[in-house]
Formats: sequence, C-alpha cells, structure tokens
Amino acid sequence: MSTIAIIDHGAGNLVSVVNALTQIGEQPIVVTEPDQLGGVDGIVLPGVGATSPAMRQLSATGLDASLRSWDGPLLGICVGLQLLFDTSDEDGQPCLGLIGGIVEELDAATLPHMGWNDVRHKGDPLFAGIPSGEPFYFVHSYAPVPDIGDEIIATATHGDVFVAAARSGNRVGVQFHPERSGPAGLHLLANFAASVAQGRRVA
Amino acid sequence: MVKGVQFVDITDAGDPVELAGRYAAEGADEICFLDITASHEGRGTLLEIVHRTAATVNVPLTVGGGVASVEDMRRVLRAGADKVAVNSAAVERPELLGECAEAFGRQCVVLAIDARSTGEGGWEVWTHGGRRPTGVDAVSWAAEGARRGAGEILLTSMDKDGTRSGYDVELLRAVRDAVRVPIIASGGAGDTDDMVEALASGEADAVLAASIFHHRTYTVGEVKQRLAAAGVAVREDSGIRWP
Repeated sequence: MSTIAIIDHGAGNLVSVVNALTQIGEQPIVVTEPDQLGGVDGIVLPGVGATSPAMRQLSATGLDASLRSWDGPLLGICVGLQLLFDTSDEDGQPCLGLIGGIVEELDAATLPHMGWNDVRHKGDPLFAGIPSGEPFYFVHSYAPVPDIGDEIIATATHGDVFVAAARSGNRVGVQFHPERSGPAGLHLLANFAASVAQGRRVA
Repeated sequence: MVKGVQFVDITDAGDPVELAGRYAAEGADEICFLDITASHEGRGTLLEIVHRTAATVNVPLTVGGGVASVEDMRRVLRAGADKVAVNSAAVERPELLGECAEAFGRQCVVLAIDARSTGEGGWEVWTHGGRRPTGVDAVSWAAEGARRGAGEILLTSMDKDGTRSGYDVELLRAVRDAVRVPIIASGGAGDTDDMVEALASGEADAVLAASIFHHRTYTVGEVKQRLAAAGVAVREDSGIRWP
C-alpha cells in the first residue's frame, strides 16, 4: 500500500481532500512538518485562499524546502497548483518555483470564478479515462501562466481561456477541485494515486 | 448550473444525509443545508449531519443557519462544509464578513439575503428567518457585502418564496448590476421555465430550488434535461462513475 501525504499549511479545509482520497481506497496521512514525510510515496498539496499565507506557513515549517527537493509524484490543487510556480501577481511573493511561470488574475467580468466548467485536455495520464470537455468544480480568481507551452496540460474558459492544469515531470497541478467534482474528480484522483503506486517517473 | 437544495428540519421525514446523497448522485451541482431552526441545541446535530454528508457527497456543500462568528464558521468548515452562509449576523455586524473572508478566504463566505419588495421600486432586507424588517436596502447591502468579503450572494425573494410563480427577476437584475460576485437565485421556482428566466433574464449564475425536489415534482436529472432543452448550459451526466 503506497502512502500519500496531504500537506496541511493552514490554508483551508483538508477534510474534503482526505474524504475523497479515502473514498478511492487510499489511506492518506496529513503532514505539517518535514519529519513526517519519511516513507511517503506521493504528495498532495491542496490550498484555498491565496498563495502568500500558504508560502509563509510552508517556509515557517521548512516544508517549502522539502517540496522543492521532492522528486516523486506531486499533485497541487487550486492554490496548490499556483504554489508550484515562480510568483503570484496577487502580491509578487515568491512561490516554490518548481514550474516556470507567473500566476495572474483571470480576465473576466465575474470574479471569483466559482462553479462547474468544462476542462479540455490532450490525454495527459492524469486525465486517463476522462473525456476532454468534462466539467470540474472551480473556485479561484487567479490562474498560472506557464513559460513553456508544453507544460500546459488542460485549459478552460472563463472570460478568456486560462490554464486549468499544468505538469512538469512528476509535478502536476490542477486549478479545479477534484475532491469536489463528483465522480470525474474521484477518477482523476485515482489516476494520480495509480501514478504514486507505480512510482512512475514521467519524462 | 443547477443546485440542489435541502432544508434541514430533523423532525421531517427523510434523512438529510441520504437525500443529499441522492441529489448529488442525480446530478445536483451543489448541495445547500440551511438550518431553519438554527437553535443552540440543534447545532451539534447539524454539524454531525454535515460531517456525514461531506464524507459521502463529492460536490460542493454550503451550510448556513445561525452562523454568527468566525468560530461558528470554523466549526462548520471543519465538519466538512466548503462554504458557509451568513445572514442575520452579518446585517447586525457587517465586520463579520471581512473577518470570515480574512480567516478562510472569500470563496468560503456566502452572504444570504432575504429581500422583500417595499412596494416603491426597491427591496428591504429582512432577517431572523424573514421575521424582522431592517430598513436596509437589499441592493445596497448586497454591494456592501461583496465589498466586505462575501464571495457569493444567495439572494432569496421573500415575495416569491413558496409561491412557485417564478423568481423575482427585477431583484436579480438590480443586484446583478451592483455586484461582481456570483449570485444564486432563490425563492419562487415552480417549474423549469422559472429557472430559465432567472438564469437568462435575471442573469443569475445559479438557481436554488427546494420544493420542486422535495415534493418530487421533478428529479434533479429531469430539471437539468429540461434546462438543457431550453438552451441553458448545464453540467450533463457524461457517464463517468466511480468506482
């Protein structure tokens, strides 16, 4: 049985993520300090709100260094996806810098973008078995803009087209909340769990 | 997109957790628990219901009823809610909205507003389960609430609620013109035509309905099919199942 760690950096409700992973048969552990990461096979980095409070907490605990040096499967969700990038326009503070790019505010009349929206993808393993155009649940006002086009693995439209998911090697992130996106969301989490179980390294 | 609604009254027939599960499985985009009793004794029971529902329902869950402090909201979020609705307490102390948004992020904060027409072209905010008039203009309050930290507005027309004669489209448009956050229309749904009108003419971002579902006039799936047939963009069942 592989072990997935969910990072608790104080930003938001972990309960949904724990519930969803449990429903798909995982036994996740919640981690607040680097010491607890020993023996972990995969990491989920959730987050709601904004990047700054999360980064402050990650820095305070040393988990930022742990995440930067972690080269196993890593899934960022919502603010967790944004944290993978260089900085966020929300206040210019540095994030983890694992994927090149900046997080910017969405260009749309209604913000935050809250609700279900169709996600288009091109077959990344994270979306295996999920049709392109399947709706997922979003709640955010910012989205990342990866430097490298190939690192964009899914998009959606709210006002303008924006990046709904990105990947660089083993590090992948989704702007939507798979733990709140019904069966399709559980399917996506199961795909991530499968990559953890296989200890897969994606080129 | 359509929300499924549940009014929690534990003396009613029907287990709320089971009903929420059924509506979610039928395709409800979100579930809303509004505790109409909102009494102190009922609080523990509501949290237990929230906890059990959140463990099995995989769509967003909003919970409201008697939330009056950041601590109240924290307890409800910890029980598993994704969003928490505040109503009377925010009118009494608007700073509560900012405090909650600061603590949890505005996406967790839903401002519920019960509005009744004044008869002079405007609407007044009523609180405490629609029993107390406040003298506050509903549209101004919506704008202030959004500024102070509400991420969404749950707008209920007291004139229309329970009449099944349609949502208050004028009210919806007035608030739409005043705020940038999503608006959920509530109060008045009798048929799917009413929902189409609220979403199109009323420019609501979502519609909330209770009686239609509780009285089994339609299932959630039937409502969505009828909305889709009328040209509304709805999240349809793509056939993905888990497991």
